[in-house]
Amino acid sequence: MKLVYLDNAATTPVDPRVKGAMLPYLEDHFGNPSSVHSAGQAVRHAVEEARGSVAALIGGRADEIYFTSGGTEADNWALKGTAWAKSDKGNHIITTSVEHHAVIEACHYLSKHGFEITLLPVDRYGMVDPEDVSKAVTPKTILISVMHANNEIGTIQPVAEIGKIARERGVLFHVDAVQTAGHLPVNVNSLNADMLSVSGHKLYGPKGTGALYIRKGTRIDSLLSGGSQERGKRPGTENVPGIVGFGKAADIARTEMAAETERLYLLRDRLSSELLDRIPDSQLNGHPAVRLPNNVNISFSYVEGESLVLNLDFEGICASTGSACSSSSLEPSHVLLACGKIAEEAHGSLRFSLGKFTRDSDIDAVIEALPRIVKKLRAMSPLAPRAAAR
Amino acid sequence: MTHSGPAAYSPLVIDHVKNPRNIGEMDRPDGVGRVGNPVCGDVMELYIRVKDRIITDASFKTFGCGAAIATSSMVTEMVKGKTVDEALEISNKAVAEALGGLPPVKMHCSVLAEEALKKAVENYYERRGEKPPFGTAVKEHHH
Repeated sequence: MKLVYLDNAATTPVDPRVKGAMLPYLEDHFGNPSSVHSAGQAVRHAVEEARGSVAALIGGRADEIYFTSGGTEADNWALKGTAWAKSDKGNHIITTSVEHHAVIEACHYLSKHGFEITLLPVDRYGMVDPEDVSKAVTPKTILISVMHANNEIGTIQPVAEIGKIARERGVLFHVDAVQTAGHLPVNVNSLNADMLSVSGHKLYGPKGTGALYIRKGTRIDSLLSGGSQERGKRPGTENVPGIVGFGKAADIARTEMAAETERLYLLRDRLSSELLDRIPDSQLNGHPAVRLPNNVNISFSYVEGESLVLNLDFEGICASTGSACSSSSLEPSHVLLACGKIAEEAHGSLRFSLGKFTRDSDIDAVIEALPRIVKKLRAMSPLAPRAAAR
Repeated sequence: MTHSGPAAYSPLVIDHVKNPRNIGEMDRPDGVGRVGNPVCGDVMELYIRVKDRIITDASFKTFGCGAAIATSSMVTEMVKGKTVDEALEISNKAVAEALGGLPPVKMHCSVLAEEALKKAVENYYERRGEKPPFGTAVKEHHH
C-alpha cells in the first residue's frame, strides 16, 4: 500500500540531499570539532558552515546561532535561561494559551519556582491580540514568548507587532518558529525577536537537531553545565552529522521556499474545501486565511479523532489528531479549547499537514477515503442524529 | 481523546477497530446501558436481548477512541450465550485480556465496557420489575 504521509507538522521525512550531506560525517569525518588536530578541525569547519546556513534562513548572524537537540530544548532554554538570568529584574513572563507544550510546560515549571505566568487568551481563530500583550506587561515582566504559527491549527500570530511592543517596553521577546522556519519567510530583525527557536526535523532535516537564535548582548543562563562548546552557552559534543544535515536542510528550504509555498497553498485549499463540502457537520479550525500553507485542521461532529486517525491509517493515510506530542494524554487539545471549542468538538479534530513530497494523488486519496470513514464512524456513534449517521 | 497510535494497540484491538462486531442500535432490546461522557471523549451504549435469562444477542454504539470501540465490540462478543448473572461476572480486566491487552492509558475504556454491560443488565431487571442481584445501581465512571 502506498503511504500517504500528511503529518509533516509532527515530523518531515529527511530530504535525500540532506542524507547525502550527512553520510560523510557518519563515516569518514568522525572527528570531534573541539579537537585541535586536523580530523577535528575539518569537522569544525562543517559545523560552522551549517551555523551560517541556519543564520541565513532566519536573517541572523552566525555567531547568534546556538545548536540544540531540537525545538523543545530551544524553547526551554529561552524561557528558563531568561528567567534565571533576569530574576533580579522581575519574575513575570507573558505567553499565550495556545503555545506548544515545550513552552507551556516550561512555564508550569517556572511557576513552581516563583515566576508569575500570564497565559493570554486567543480569539476563536486562535489569534492573539497584540493589545492584550501590551496590557499584560508590568514593571516585573522580563519575557514575552509567542509562537510564530500554531502547530495544531496553523494560525499565524502577529509576532512582528508583538515584538515591537516588547521592544518599546524593554522586555525580551522569544518566538517559537518551529512550524514556520523553512516554510515561510522568517527574519529575526523584522519580527523584533531577541530569541527564536528552530527545529531541524520540521524542515526535512534529521531529528535531534535544532537551534536557538540569541541576539548578541541578550543575557541568558545555560541549561547545561559542562565544556565550552557553543561559545560556552550549550556544552556537550556537537551532533555533527545532525548539524550538517540541519544546515543543508536550511539551505534547501531557503532557496526552494517561495515556489514550494505557492504549490502547497493550492493543495491545502483543495483538500480543505473538498472535505468541508463533502462531509456535513464539519468545521475548519484555525484562521481561514492567516494560516500555514500546509495546515488543514477540521472538526467532525459526532466522531472521535483517534478513531479517524486509525481508520485513515488502515488505508495508508497518516494524519494526526491535535498535537502528536500529546499522544499519551486523554485531554482534548488545549489549543482547540482555547479557541472556544467544546470538548466534544475538540475530540473530533483531525490535522492534515502537507509537505514537499505531497502530491495531488495524496489529496485525492484523502478526499476519497475520509467521507466514507466519517460516515462509518457516525453510523456507530450514539451522539450522531439519525440523519447524520446515514 | 488524542491518539496513541496503532503501534500501541494489540493486533486484536486493531482488528476490532477495523471490523467492529455487533454494531448498531437494537430493535426492542431487553436491556440498554449507556455510560461515559462526550467531554471525556467516550460514550458507549450497549444493548442486550435476553431469552430465559440467557443473553442471545448484544450490540453497541460507541463514540470514542480505538480502545473504546474495541472494548465495546469485544464485550458484545463475550456476553452472548451467558446468563444475565454470568454477564455480571465479566470484569474490565477480562475484556482487556481478551483483546490481548490495552495500553495503560486506555484501561479506562475497558472499565466503561464493563459498566455499560452492568447497566444493560440492571436495565433488564428494571424492565422486568425485578431487583438486580448486585444491590445499588451502577455508578457511572468518570475520568
